[in-house]
Amino acid sequence: MLQLIQNEKIRSVVDGKTVITKKPELLAPAGSLEKLKVAVHYGADAVFIGGQEFGLRSNAGNFTIDEMREGVEFAKQYGAVIYVTTNIFAHNENMDGLTEYLQAIEGAGVRGIIVADPLIIETCRKAAPKLEIHLSTQQSLSNWKAVKYWKQEGLHRVVLAREVGGEEMRKMKEEVDIEIEAFVHGAMCIAYSGRCVLSNHMTARDSNRGGCCQSCRWDYDLYENNDGEEVALFTEQDAPFAMSPKDLKLIESIPHMIELGIDSLKVEGRMKSIHYVATVISVYRKVIDAYCADPENFTIKREWLEELDRCANRETASSFFLDEPGHEQQMFGAEAARTKNAAWDFAGVVMDYDAATQMVTLQQRNFFRPGDTIEFFGPEITSFQMTVGEIFDDNGESLDAARHPLSIVRFKVDQPLYPNNMMRKELKKS
Amino acid sequence: MTKPELLVTPQSVEHVKALLEAGADAFVLGEQQFGLRLAGDFTVDDVREATALIHAAGKKVYVAVNAIFHNDRLDALDVYLQQMQQIGVDALLFGDPAVVVAVRELGITIPLHWSPETIATNWFQANYWGERGATRAVLARELSLEEVLECKEHANVEIEVQVHGMTCMFQSKRSLLGNYFLFRDEVMEVENRKENRNMFLHDKERKNKYPIYEDVNGTHIFSPNDMCIIDELGELFEAGIDSLKFDAVLQDFDYTVNVTNLYRQAIDAYFDEGEDAYEDIKDDLLAQIEAMQPALRPLDTGFIFKETVY
Repeated sequence: MLQLIQNEKIRSVVDGKTVITKKPELLAPAGSLEKLKVAVHYGADAVFIGGQEFGLRSNAGNFTIDEMREGVEFAKQYGAVIYVTTNIFAHNENMDGLTEYLQAIEGAGVRGIIVADPLIIETCRKAAPKLEIHLSTQQSLSNWKAVKYWKQEGLHRVVLAREVGGEEMRKMKEEVDIEIEAFVHGAMCIAYSGRCVLSNHMTARDSNRGGCCQSCRWDYDLYENNDGEEVALFTEQDAPFAMSPKDLKLIESIPHMIELGIDSLKVEGRMKSIHYVATVISVYRKVIDAYCADPENFTIKREWLEELDRCANRETASSFFLDEPGHEQQMFGAEAARTKNAAWDFAGVVMDYDAATQMVTLQQRNFFRPGDTIEFFGPEITSFQMTVGEIFDDNGESLDAARHPLSIVRFKVDQPLYPNNMMRKELKKS
Repeated sequence: MTKPELLVTPQSVEHVKALLEAGADAFVLGEQQFGLRLAGDFTVDDVREATALIHAAGKKVYVAVNAIFHNDRLDALDVYLQQMQQIGVDALLFGDPAVVVAVRELGITIPLHWSPETIATNWFQANYWGERGATRAVLARELSLEEVLECKEHANVEIEVQVHGMTCMFQSKRSLLGNYFLFRDEVMEVENRKENRNMFLHDKERKNKYPIYEDVNGTHIFSPNDMCIIDELGELFEAGIDSLKFDAVLQDFDYTVNVTNLYRQAIDAYFDEGEDAYEDIKDDLLAQIEAMQPALRPLDTGFIFKETVY
């Protein structure tokens, strides 16, 4: 089990109180400009996005160069930076246009690229030298000597394989002076990333160029070939063979990550909703800030954990960070098919709040009606719950419910709210 | 035109002898602590013995150190590399850049073959690793014939291509079979089946069977078919591909020997007697392999003629 060991290099005493002086970057995913803005507004120090070429997740929302530029400008107001994933393993046919593309990304003011293929590393170095180069987890970087290799190659940062444990990270930090980025939250590959071509075989889609169809999450039957005779290694009662890992959640290990000196804490999920991004980023923000401000008296608050769970729809686990993951970190049979029912659902985004009338103007994102229990959260406020009273449309007409997605509604809230605060509603127990 | 090398993966020292007889030019071997998905486990002494035999026959021996290493195996890797230097093997297969660093630091002079499997997808990478000590690139099996030929055209290093056998399509560090049995509360099965290499996953929708096993590197899953292009070698010959590999992981001892001999005949026919001689016998060679093929292992041509999208 990983020990929490104080790291003298990252702390100092200010006015008799110990503080962490090296705060890690909180890195958020964004599949669209709207999500990017939400991530930054809710406390991300950096956001990674996909462009229209050379990235994985071909079905995630991807950014045009103009959108990248707008995202960079928005982030700049908050002191945040943008990275672009260009992490395919290219085939020969993918080489065209790479130079121009990297130069356009550089021109948009992006801070760096996340890259796996040396073709893209070397091209970037020549064509777009202002971009930082971060090695993608697709290179399955798992030991300190390989970290040293990429340091010698001049890379600015490495993203570790998801299979690297906390003790291994400690050794990497001791041996090599390079920025290290590690995953803290989100969905996981069960294989070493980059070393899985199930999709290529099963669906003729290239997983290392963005075509992954998650064949690892399907069910299989396990047999033995006994001299040509096929013997089933399961009975009717057994769950089928499955490889579905629980999602990563290291919220309670953030102090470990900080003490290890990890430079960037990465949240996965470019395809997730703005509600997910806002919830996850705001909770990790609070934990990082609280620990860094006063590591000696830090305890994780139950309300943070509960808040994080409000956007979870799958079971979670610590993966390799604390120790080798066992069967309890995977999902089998009915458990795998079941998505955890979050007790709360995203319901709306605050557009405006009139302090004089105490009326909120809200863009509806999910059905709600008078009498529902709701919660508001956002970076400017402490989360609070209330019961919805009378709801009006934007002409002041009373409504029986807020029924239409993206419609504008108003109702009374007796605490101040700010634009881009979010509202979720409690789901009725069925 | 130079004859391509016929490369095969032996199970044991005995197997090496039989495969030399069958006409193999080169061998990839090693032990699972350092090499991935080997046909057999060779101790350092076995490597020494096999190397003596192979060198006496004027052939080549390559040792696999292509694992994805974690910190805890780096010291053992250093020792192993020095042992291989002392034995004088002809090349080291690597995927992890840690090997490049270790070889530099230890002053190892054995040539490197870049063999990361799935990620060896373009000629630029082949040349990139060439500039860092590799003399050969082993291409990903997911490339089409056209892509292979284009890699050869632009590469400054030797190019090796798999022509026969199954291919790995998945490696997890997790103990997925063990976890499945533990989930079912069948602790005994975990122990019983640790060394078992006869298991497979049945994909009912695609009617495919995927071999699966565990070792110290994690869980490995393999293609449902054995690739076989013994009748499609013409363009590879013509392009001057340097090495043709039969990866014999999970194959039977005699099957491996017999298939090796058939590829020997194909290469010799083309280069000793001419293109027509190969054209004349290739269908018969394929028929002989088909006749030997186990019922559970259908043949196909891998990705040589298959396009992937993304």
